[in-house]
Amino acid sequence: MNILVFVKRVPDTESRIRIQREARGIVEEGLNFVISPYDEYAVEEALRLKEAQGGAVRVVSVGRDEAAAVLRKTLAMGADEAFLVKDDAPEAYDGLRTARIIARAVERKFAGADLLLFGKQSVGADNSQVPAMAAELLGLPQATVVTKLTVEGGAATALREIEGGTEKVSLSLPAVVSAQKGLNEPRYETLRGIMAAKKKPVPVITLEELGFGPGEPSPGLEVTGLDAPAARQAGKVLQGDPAETARELARLLRDEAKVI
Amino acid sequence: MIAAYLEIRDGKIKKSSLETLAEARRRAAELGVGTAAVMAGASVAGLAAAAFAAGAAKVYAIEDPALADYSAQAYAAALAGFAAEAKPAALFFSATAMGKDMAPRVAARLGVSLAADCTKVAVKDGALEFTRPIYAGKAILSVKLKTSPQLATLRPNVFPAGEPVEGGGEVVKMAAAVPEGAVKGRVVEVLKEETTELDVTEADVVISGGRGLKGPEAFALLRDMAAVFPRAAVGASRSAVDSGWIGHQHQVGQTGKTVSPQLYLAVGISGAIQHLAGMSSSKVIAAVNKDPEAPIFKVADYGIVGDLFEVVPKLTEELKKALKE
Repeated sequence: MNILVFVKRVPDTESRIRIQREARGIVEEGLNFVISPYDEYAVEEALRLKEAQGGAVRVVSVGRDEAAAVLRKTLAMGADEAFLVKDDAPEAYDGLRTARIIARAVERKFAGADLLLFGKQSVGADNSQVPAMAAELLGLPQATVVTKLTVEGGAATALREIEGGTEKVSLSLPAVVSAQKGLNEPRYETLRGIMAAKKKPVPVITLEELGFGPGEPSPGLEVTGLDAPAARQAGKVLQGDPAETARELARLLRDEAKVI
Repeated sequence: MIAAYLEIRDGKIKKSSLETLAEARRRAAELGVGTAAVMAGASVAGLAAAAFAAGAAKVYAIEDPALADYSAQAYAAALAGFAAEAKPAALFFSATAMGKDMAPRVAARLGVSLAADCTKVAVKDGALEFTRPIYAGKAILSVKLKTSPQLATLRPNVFPAGEPVEGGGEVVKMAAAVPEGAVKGRVVEVLKEETTELDVTEADVVISGGRGLKGPEAFALLRDMAAVFPRAAVGASRSAVDSGWIGHQHQVGQTGKTVSPQLYLAVGISGAIQHLAGMSSSKVIAAVNKDPEAPIFKVADYGIVGDLFEVVPKLTEELKKALKE
């Protein structure tokens, strides 16, 4: 099994996000960056498949030099190789642009992969679109938001989450699968893994090497605003006898808030 | 024309699709263009009347035996074929499991960008502007798409459904442009959850539990309360899910689901930023927590400081009474 995993560097989910309205970006200073949580499930699944069936796990991130840190984490978890597709462009929130870079990288640098694994979304842009777009650009089948994956011979069966149930998707390989929480429990890096990961090179692939000209691929959308969400105010707090406070809350929800 | 893709489950058009169509109609009216609905499957034209009643002026029915079982590849090919032939100015999907699975493929096939999981669509200077929460709602992004058609998925439960409309319109039957042998993945089975519980993203009322529940048993109290409402679901904080008290599909927060119900009731949830990110766009937030300093009270419209094991059963009874009256 030749497995490719795509990971992204994102702000820690416990971070507070500060916004630069004029620059239409977030303030990165003081933010703690991590591997996108859903990508960890993808890495773990790749490692388990390799352990069961042999093969190699290669991890790729599209981003700035700083993304090398999340790639090293995947090496410390046990990935065989990691590659940085260097993209210095600011966050464009455009999934198609990223998918085009990934599809081109797969075609030119990583041909012959049996399985392409992604997290179901990056926690940040929250687009949930790059895996499916990359699958389409590469002409591959997909199963997104997957909680169980079985790979046997040249085929895979995936369970994917839908509202109020689960879909069983049958795929022929090569295929794209995006990971959802519940797929597995990601392992921690070992000290030995961390030491070994420090010594491993993380080769850099440039957009020029992938055949893109200056400014390519350009985003298909224009950011017209970036704001903080409307702040919520603390409301009425009831204290005292449980029966009385319960009665009063029910009354308020019906008569004042009018939501029941 | 602005077209809305209508998703069909169990032979019916999904509620979230009717919301999407209603929003397509409002924005189309603002732009002075028509509204269409598009459906795909082995046999879907029979649902045209329901689409007209929901506000479509024209219904495109893509029918093909190849679409009997859902396949992202086949459906994307069918929808891209529709877009090439009918040339809508915009095509809206619901940001459901299916919409999020197929819309990106349609976009990639057409070579256009996609505004995902939008909570607002506006017309600015004659063009559509899409607003969507990012970082699970810690920031709000607005974008204009430079590509055509304008593709977007709209978050369920955010856009109001329209009033029923009298009369019908034209039904255009289309064949799917699904290339033989190109489809390498498809849904072979749909497994229903045993409960009749709604998904947290679809419910009007979400009742969530956290660490304060102290164990899986107390979720029964929340299920009892959810049963009082016609469209309620049980949610959970990350710590409750990570403790194994309830399945991850219930998790609300930045690494779970982002919800926007009419009423969000947080029970025994302190209100970590990870959790607040996923629920702060709820219309009304109520909280029950024994700690008066819990951060959840800083965002809640209503709160009860008290022991949830005492308060919740009483609140369930009071809500039952209030709903009856």
